Amino acid sequence: MEDIHFTPGVLPPETAALRTRVRKFLAEHLSDYPSVKRAQSWSGSDRKFSKLLGANGFIGMTWPKKYGGGERSALERYVMLEEMLAAGAPVAAHWIADRQSGPLLLNFGTEQQRQRFLPAITRGESYFCIGMSEPNSGSDLASIRTRGKHTKDGWRISGSKIWTSEAHNSTYMIALIRTQPQDQKNRHVGLSQFLIDMETPGITIRPIQNMAGEAMFNEVFFDDVLIPDDMLVGTEGGGWGQVTTELAFERSGPERYLSSIQLIYELIHELSKNPTERSAIGVGRLIAHLGTLRQMSMSVATMLEAGETPNLAAALVKEIGVGFEQEIPSRAYELTGRVPLLGDDNDFDQVMAYITQSSRSFSLRGGTREIMRGIIARELGLR
Amino acid sequence: MSELTNIISETTNRLLEAYTSREQKHASEAGEWPTELWQALEQNGLTQPLVPESQGGVGTTWSDAFVIAFAAGRWQAPVPLVETIIASWLLSQAGIEIPSGPLTLIDDGHTLHINGDTISGAAAAVPWGQRATHAVAIISINDQPHVVLIPTSKITYIPDLSMAREPRDHLSASNAAFISAPITNTADISLVRCAGAAMRSAQIAGAMQAAIEITVTYATEREQFGRPLAKFQAIQQMLAVAAAKSVEGRMAAEIAFRTIDQTNADLSKAEFDTASAKVVCSEAVEAITDTSHEVHGAIGFTQEHDLHFITQRLWTWRAEFGSESFWAERLGRSILSRGAKNLWPDLIARQSGA
Ligand SMILES: Cc1cc2nc3c(=O)[nH]c(=O)nc-3n(C[C@H](O)[C@H](O)[C@H](O)COP(=O)(O)OP(=O)(O)OC[C@H]3O[C@@H](n4cnc5c(N)ncnc54)[C@H](O)[C@@H]3O)c2cc1C
Repeated sequence: MEDIHFTPGVLPPETAALRTRVRKFLAEHLSDYPSVKRAQSWSGSDRKFSKLLGANGFIGMTWPKKYGGGERSALERYVMLEEMLAAGAPVAAHWIADRQSGPLLLNFGTEQQRQRFLPAITRGESYFCIGMSEPNSGSDLASIRTRGKHTKDGWRISGSKIWTSEAHNSTYMIALIRTQPQDQKNRHVGLSQFLIDMETPGITIRPIQNMAGEAMFNEVFFDDVLIPDDMLVGTEGGGWGQVTTELAFERSGPERYLSSIQLIYELIHELSKNPTERSAIGVGRLIAHLGTLRQMSMSVATMLEAGETPNLAAALVKEIGVGFEQEIPSRAYELTGRVPLLGDDNDFDQVMAYITQSSRSFSLRGGTREIMRGIIARELGLR
Repeated sequence: MSELTNIISETTNRLLEAYTSREQKHASEAGEWPTELWQALEQNGLTQPLVPESQGGVGTTWSDAFVIAFAAGRWQAPVPLVETIIASWLLSQAGIEIPSGPLTLIDDGHTLHINGDTISGAAAAVPWGQRATHAVAIISINDQPHVVLIPTSKITYIPDLSMAREPRDHLSASNAAFISAPITNTADISLVRCAGAAMRSAQIAGAMQAAIEITVTYATEREQFGRPLAKFQAIQQMLAVAAAKSVEGRMAAEIAFRTIDQTNADLSKAEFDTASAKVVCSEAVEAITDTSHEVHGAIGFTQEHDLHFITQRLWTWRAEFGSESFWAERLGRSILSRGAKNLWPDLIARQSGA
C-alpha cells in the first residue's frame, strides 16, 4: 500500500495582496447580495457578474496571456476561488469554462481552438457546459450512446444528454460522444470529445426543475446535428483519457467543501445569540473539519501548481468534503431544532431550507460518493 | 521534507520496527519494560528532539517531532516517548536540568498545590506514572506559571492500566520535594494539555495509518466465497471511507505541528490548530477501529493478533489531553464569541502563518 498523504500546502506571499483585492472587489460589488442567493454558491448564475470578473482578470487566471489569461499560479487562482466561494458570489455562468473546459482545451485543443475559444472565456462572455451524462448512462459513463458519424461535411451527432448544468445559459457544450461502435472488451475506446455551439440547428434544450425549485440543469437533444471537423477536441477515439484528466480538475477544487458555508454562517449567527456547551461543541467540531479541509484543498492546489494530476487526492477531498457539506443541514437542525417553512422570512430559515434540499446533489455531481470510494479503494490496492 | 526530517523519519521507523515486535508488545502488556527499545531511542536523541543543542538535545523543529510521534503511533511503541519529549522540552524551556530515563506529564496542574517548598495533590491516570523517573507539570506559583519536576520516589502511585495494558497510574503526592523554575515562553497553565494534544493527535494519526495498512493487507490475503475479501465492494467502500478519515486526521495533525513551528512554539497561539487536530483525530478513531475490526472478523478480536495493539491505544489516546468534545467546546466558544462575519477572515488569518 502506498503512503497516502497530503503534503501541507504553502501560499506564496504574493497571494496576500490578491486576496485583499478580491475581498475589496466583493465588498464593492456584492455588499447587498442576499444570503439565500449567496447560498446557491457556485450554482448561482449571473452573466453581468461573470463579465465583471473577466474584466478584473479573475477568469482564466493561470492561462497563457496570449489567450487572454493572467499567467498567475494555481495557488493564486485557488485564493481567488476560495474567496468567491466563501462570499457566495454568483460564479456559475463561467464556472465550468474556467474550471475545466479551458484547461481541457489547453491540454488537448488545437492552437486554432485555443485562439478561438479561450479569450472570450476569460472576458466572461463565453459559457460552457459539460455533456457527459445520458438518460441511461450516469456512473457508467463509458456506456453512453449519443453517436457521432463522420460525413464529408463534418460530424453528424444524434442522441441526448441529461443533467447538463447551465446548458440553457451556455454558448458551448463539450460533449462526450461515441464515434466508434462499443467494444465490449475495451469499453473505454471509441469515445470522442466535441465542442458544440449551442445555437446549432437540431439542438433542443429542455429545462428540468430540481426539487429545490430551480431549473439549472437540462436535457439536451441532438437531432442529426452537424458539427464541423475542427470542433473535435483532441484525438478521435481518445476521449476517455481526456475526460479522466478533466474530471481531476472537476473534483479537486475548494467548491468540494465550501458549498454549505452560508449555512455555517447563519448557524453561527443563530447560536451566538445564546451560546451553550452543546452549541459550542457542535460548532467547534464543524470548524475543526472546515480548517482541515481547507488545508487538504490547498495541498491539492499545490500539487496542481507542480504540474501533477492529483486524481487520488482529488477523490479524497471530494469524499471528505462533500460528506462535510452534506452534513451541515442536519447539524444545523440538531443544534437549533428548527425546520424551516418556505414562508419564513429570515436568512437562517431561507438558507436552511435551500441547503437542506440542494445538498442532496453534492455527493452526486462530479461522480457519486460510491464512485469516489471506488477510486480510493483502487489506490489502496483493493481493486 | 528536509534532509534532517528524512533522517529522523528513517531512523525512528527503523528503530521502532526493530524493537516493537509482537513478542515485545506482548511482553510489555505483561508489564515488562522494553529496555533495549528505550536505550535505542535515547541514544539516537529521539527522546529529546525539541531540546536545544546547547542543552544537550537535538534542537529539531516541531514538524520533525511530528514525524517521531507519528511513528510512535504507527508502531505502537510501548514507552512514554512523547511524554518524555514534551517533559524534556518544558524542562529545557525553564532551564532545569533534564534527568535521565523516561519522564511523564501531569496533564492538569490545577490538582496540585504548592506549600512552601513541597507539593501535594492528586492526578488520575498519569501515563506510565511509576515507570517514569520523574513527573513534570505546570503549576502556577505566585501567579506565574512554573515548570515543576517531581521525582517518582517522592510520589505514591496506585497502579492502573489503560485498555492497551499501558500504565496509567493514579498519582498522589503529600508534601513531596520538587524542583521548579518559571517558564516565560508560553505563560499558560494549559501548556501541557496543548502539547499533549498535539502529540496524541500525531500518535493517533500514525496508529490509524497502521490500522488501515494491516486491514488492507488482511483483506487482500483472506479469502471467502472463493475470492479475497478485497474484491467485495462493501469491503472496498468501508476501507475507502476509513482511509479518507485517517488521511484527514494526519493532515490536521501535521498542520498543528507546522503552526506550532510558525508561532515559535507559543502554543497558546497555536491552540486553534492543535484543538482542530485533536478533534479530527479523536473523532476518526470510531470509524477506523470499527472498520478495521469488522474486516478482520474473529481473528482481530483475539489477543494473539496485532490489531488490538492499535485499536486499544486509539481508544485510550482519543480521550487523553482533552477529548474531541473538550477541544471542540473551546473552539466553538471562541468562534461563537467572534461571530459569523469573522469566521472566514479569522480562519484565513490563522492559517496564513502567525
Ligand atoms: C446537480 C447536478 C448537476 C449535474 N451536472 C451535470 C453536468 O453538467 N453534466 C453531466 O454530464 N452530468 C451532470 N450531472 C450528472 C452526474 O454526473 C450524475 O448524476 C452522476 O454521474 C451519477 O449518475 P446517475 O445520476 O445516473 O446515477 P447512477 O449512476 O444511476 O447511480 C445511482 C446510484 O447507484 C450507485 N452506483 C452506480 N454505479 C455503481 C457501482 N458501480 N458501484 C456502486 N454503486 C454504484 C451510485 O453511486 C448512486 O448511488 C449532474 C448531477 C447533478 C445532481
